[in-house]
Amino acid sequence: MSFMNWIDERFPATKVWNEHLAQYYAPKNFNFWYYFGSLAMLVLVLQIVTGVWLAMLYKPSAADAFASVEYIMRDVDYGWLLRYLHSTGASAFFLVIYLHMFRGLIYGSYRKPRELLWIIGVIIYLAMMATAFMGYLLPWGQMSYWGAQVIVNLFAAVPFGIGEPLSIWIRGDYVISDATLNRFFALHFLLPFVLAALVFIHIVALHKVGSNNPDGIEIKKNKDENGIPKDGIPFHPYYSVKDIVGVGVFLIFFTAVIFFWPDFGGLFLEPPNFEPANPLKTPDHIAPVWYFTPFYAMLRAVPPMFNSQFPGVLVMFAAILVFFFLPWLDRSPVKSIRYKGMLFKVPVAIFVISFVVLAWLGMQPSTPVKTLLAQIFTALYFAFFLLMPFYSKMDKTKPVPERVTK
Amino acid sequence: MSAEGVDLKKRRFLTATTAVIGAVGVGFAAVPFIASWNPSERAKALGAPEEADISKLEPGGLLRVKWRGKVCWVVNRTEQNLADLKTLDGELADPNSDVETQQPPYCKNPTRSIKPEYGVLVGICTHLGCSPTYRPDVAPADLGADWKGGFFCPCHGSRFDLAGRVYKGVPAPTNLVVPPHQYLSEDVILIGVDGGAA
Repeated sequence: MSFMNWIDERFPATKVWNEHLAQYYAPKNFNFWYYFGSLAMLVLVLQIVTGVWLAMLYKPSAADAFASVEYIMRDVDYGWLLRYLHSTGASAFFLVIYLHMFRGLIYGSYRKPRELLWIIGVIIYLAMMATAFMGYLLPWGQMSYWGAQVIVNLFAAVPFGIGEPLSIWIRGDYVISDATLNRFFALHFLLPFVLAALVFIHIVALHKVGSNNPDGIEIKKNKDENGIPKDGIPFHPYYSVKDIVGVGVFLIFFTAVIFFWPDFGGLFLEPPNFEPANPLKTPDHIAPVWYFTPFYAMLRAVPPMFNSQFPGVLVMFAAILVFFFLPWLDRSPVKSIRYKGMLFKVPVAIFVISFVVLAWLGMQPSTPVKTLLAQIFTALYFAFFLLMPFYSKMDKTKPVPERVTK
Repeated sequence: MSAEGVDLKKRRFLTATTAVIGAVGVGFAAVPFIASWNPSERAKALGAPEEADISKLEPGGLLRVKWRGKVCWVVNRTEQNLADLKTLDGELADPNSDVETQQPPYCKNPTRSIKPEYGVLVGICTHLGCSPTYRPDVAPADLGADWKGGFFCPCHGSRFDLAGRVYKGVPAPTNLVVPPHQYLSEDVILIGVDGGAA
């Protein structure tokens, strides 16, 4: 103990340990949905470690990139494992984050006093998307190249003569080229550390306001004589042990994909990306990786207006930015879906269906029927958010109990 | 030092001016970081004009050339193609090439070219920059019975006719770009430099 005393007089090790783990009281009624926050952190660490190792073997130039990935896959000891961990990790990251966001959505974790916590989370999501997009260019395959071409051209759609110079500035060339690849590599290396910093801020905000729970009850309102929430249990050891079980189950599925199905039927690694980038030929069918396809479907759903594709770009970005306003769109007197009525449950179901259908549509070649479907589901997606102030107010809610339930 | 006699007004003024000057300094310091993202001199130099030899290009054929890193097409249109072009005006968004940025003035004509049979186009979709597929086949199953040959963008389904004119109701807002070009001889086109009207 004297050793810890020596440390504690110089660095608040025990204090931090207690405040954030051993004496951090989390609601005792966490369920399945509460695994995904800690799993997201696990995957972030995994992505950083495998990513740094891949960077030791990869060459960020148009001439060498594709070959260096092949070299990692074939000639480097366990190189295939490092790369599959990283490529599967990217998809796992988004899967875990989508489930984490869904948890927040159904239990009202974005409501007061957690608005800022939610907003920091949306910023993390945006940073993740930027990181994933830049990382996808690095293998320099056909899909890397043309995917980046399409996404960077989104910026060229900005009107008033800003768009074209902006997209040239981002690329550093008139088309996606060596210059683009080189800078995307640098940024792809940098952004995960920004992400890690944002996650730290996310947790600081979480520990300030305390965790929400499936009942949407503020446990801090009900404390015992020692000032400890009656419905709270120390995060460590109770939830650290629970999360370790979650990690074990997650890793079973994760490693199964890596060892038996690393391309996941073309969903995690798309077939055209096994062909080197060719600026003269677009693959017959291009689609982004699955985690971007809902937004891609929305982009395609909007027809050009005023000789410009900018409206479609606007709709796509609005679909993401609308998440920032969620804390103020929900006017329900209760937080959790458990005490909300059908007027919330049905819209949530419609939202989830829209998101999944749009994700599927974004992978398909466009046809008039599918474009119409995409337009309908884009409208439903936005209706969920924009009509929320009305239906969440009209909704018939159930009374919320004083204490958390089982 | 005592706090008495401190001129708070002056202190506020100095804090504000220091902050403003500091912000200006940060602005200047950012210039090299931002400017280094512009295309380098080498990238700009690669935008030199490109010659295309069309002596072996058969009617109905397509030649791909790289200019400024972008793909450029030279398409040799048949008599039938040229006749078909005239029938399409009603289905097109800009049949008369009224959007001036999409072609040099000497190509603002029904075939959008200097010589009617040879079309020169930048093979980049005006939607989001994919390269459309050359589909000279008439009425294929996937494009419908009214298809008279043209370019189909696989990314988002935009359709263009053989003069690069965009159809109505597709994602692409404008016709394909006709690059500045000129004929150096009967068989050689120089892409990238205006030569005036033929």
